[in-house]
Amino acid sequence: MSAAVTQLAPVPLRVAAVVRETADSVTLTLARPDGSAVGPGAPGQFNMLYPFGIGEAAISLSSDSAETLVHTVRGVGAVSEALGRLRPGDWVGVRGPFGAGWPLEAARGRDIVLVAGGIGLAPLRSVIHAVLRDRAAFGRLFVAYGARTPRERLYVAELEDWQARSDIDIAVTVDAGDAHWSGRVGFVTALLANAPIDPARCIVMACGPEVMMRAAARQMLGRGVPIENVYVSLERNMKCAAGLCGHCQVGPLFMCKDGPVFPFGRVQDLLGVREI
Amino acid sequence: MTSNDPPASPTAEAGHILPAAHFDALLTLLHEDGFDVRGPRVQGGALEIGKLPNAAALPQGCSATQEPGAWRLQHTGTPAWFGITHGGMSWKALLHPARTRLWSAERTADGFSVHEDAGPAKPFAFIGVRACDLRAIAVQDNVLQRGPYVDAVYNARRNGAFLVTVDCAEPSGTCFCVSMGSGPAAGSGYDLALTELDAGSASHRFLVRTGSRAGEAVVQRLGLCEATHQDSASAKAIVEGASARMGRSMDATAARATLSANRESPHWQDVAQRCLSCGNCTMVCPTCFCTTVEDTSDLSGDIAERWRLWDSCFTFGFTHVAGGTVRESAGARYRHWISHKLLNLHEQFDESGCVGCGRCITWCPVGIDITAEVAALPQDVS
Ligand SMILES: Cc1cc2nc3c(=O)[nH]c(=O)nc-3n(C[C@H](O)[C@H](O)[C@H](O)COP(=O)(O)OP(=O)(O)OC[C@H]3O[C@@H](n4cnc5c(N)ncnc54)[C@H](O)[C@@H]3O)c2cc1C
Ligand code: SF4
Ligand code: SF4
Repeated sequence: MSAAVTQLAPVPLRVAAVVRETADSVTLTLARPDGSAVGPGAPGQFNMLYPFGIGEAAISLSSDSAETLVHTVRGVGAVSEALGRLRPGDWVGVRGPFGAGWPLEAARGRDIVLVAGGIGLAPLRSVIHAVLRDRAAFGRLFVAYGARTPRERLYVAELEDWQARSDIDIAVTVDAGDAHWSGRVGFVTALLANAPIDPARCIVMACGPEVMMRAAARQMLGRGVPIENVYVSLERNMKCAAGLCGHCQVGPLFMCKDGPVFPFGRVQDLLGVREI
Repeated sequence: MTSNDPPASPTAEAGHILPAAHFDALLTLLHEDGFDVRGPRVQGGALEIGKLPNAAALPQGCSATQEPGAWRLQHTGTPAWFGITHGGMSWKALLHPARTRLWSAERTADGFSVHEDAGPAKPFAFIGVRACDLRAIAVQDNVLQRGPYVDAVYNARRNGAFLVTVDCAEPSGTCFCVSMGSGPAAGSGYDLALTELDAGSASHRFLVRTGSRAGEAVVQRLGLCEATHQDSASAKAIVEGASARMGRSMDATAARATLSANRESPHWQDVAQRCLSCGNCTMVCPTCFCTTVEDTSDLSGDIAERWRLWDSCFTFGFTHVAGGTVRESAGARYRHWISHKLLNLHEQFDESGCVGCGRCITWCPVGIDITAEVAALPQDVS
């Protein structure tokens, strides 16, 4: 890649639609006009979103559309909560897209296992959309999704659509059910033991809490998936997204420019070290 | 950046001679060429890098002692003009400022419009860059200019800068540039490299080596005489003497293996008992580059700014994510810092992140010594 002077200034894009997903999460669709300085990006990449005057947060693409940028945001602090208050017609600043995305090329012709925990489903939804758009190019698609409670599930209507389809196999579990929940309760990793895929020709992509990703990776390695076919997406505090601010380093890796998606083998040892 | 290209043809092997009495001619020429000339100056009992109008403003007659947790200015009356190696401030304060506005923005009908601040009006000329600090500039060049992304602020300040180094005759008590292969004589990357000879005598002069076409042009315009082999022999003796008097040492190669083998060592707990997490070491380190941003807006909410500030990996919030802070313990933060200096930067940019300037030792309020901490770790047994 050739060196480009970093874009410091956010580009204003208009909010085209807002969907409330859960009590603390929304999905924003931003219009991306032709010739926009912000590229469409690829599944697994992220943008730095700037609610005017508040600050910036790294938010993954949660769909693979070329005309719009779709982002699902969970409100956990000043910036993400301000993003959650945006209305259609509002403006939001965008820098990006940044980072290395999911290995969609390598996944062609193979079975795909997606393991998502919590907000981790957002970056993986962009993979689901890309696979469904070009369904014949891929093998079986198995999605394991774990949410804390039924109310915290993202994309509820879409989950139902996926469950109704025969070309995608999706299993949802929650840590704690409620009176209306008749689905599975337990860890997302428990869904992987019998995932109907061929370990020898499958690609695993996981996004969620680090403990979950490590457990999922171990489980799939145990089933015989070669380590080079297991990918995880990591999160660290980041300010610039361009490898300049130093915040997101884990050992020798910059999460922003070397990741956020990594082959598991490249980060396995590092993730095993406490407080790295 | 053509001005700093390496010389087209080798200049006089031994270099040239700039008599001390003509030092101001060099400064005048740089001023006239439009440079913002900066150099070491004693201000408020400390050594800072300030505007350098003439040679009289140099810290003539001063020395400094440096020990773990201590930097003391001394008016020893030494005849040397460059008798103090360095202070807490390094050139990064000019190239990668501690606080800078990245842009300001105002709301408009189309969302908002952003105005990026321009770089400095004049290119810098640095006088008296030490060999270690020259390497440190190269480290920051790698981090901030090598890509895939280039830092716009650093780029604007660094490109076109004219670097004049001075070899060290008297290292400080915390220096270990010899161990890190960075000094006491300047390596590559300078425009002019000076060695101060015979200070205090009538023949007080500087041996001048050129490292770029821009440097060659300056030597030519100053009409400097060629140096003799005796001059270069004297300069060599000065550098050899300084090499033999290093305040500290470190086995930099062993340090890499030691640090990779000791990620979980109980020694980090031991450091944590002493380290205050104050971050002084990261502020004074000439290679530390980490920054944070602050977003502000005015009361109306129509005007906003983004500022960038130096940050330190020793702060609790540095690694905070929604789940909490990743490096909660002071031991994990010290481990991250020292590992990044001595191990990880090799993996990222093929060089050491430590140039052996010793500032982190001198300016640590409790005198934690990077060389001693590496030595205290169990050696790699593999
Ligand atoms: C590559 C990448 C992709 C991401 N993708 C998404 C995504 O698709 N969707 C999404 O919702 N999020 C995503 N995130 C996470 C998101 O960037 C953060 O949640 C967001 O930056 C939080 O910013 P904030 O200002 O809202 O919260 P902050 O104010 O920064 O606070 C976050 C949390 O930390 C706590 N906190 C604040 N300050 C401190 C402190 N000093 N010390 C300790 N704790 C503190 C707060 O109480 C809060 O719980 C992604 C992150 C990365 C790195
Ligand atoms: S780590 Fe210490 S000795 Fe090494 S370059 Fe930084 S301040 Fe100087
Ligand atoms: S090592 Fe010294 S200077 Fe650095 S954070 Fe700890 S106490 Fe402060």
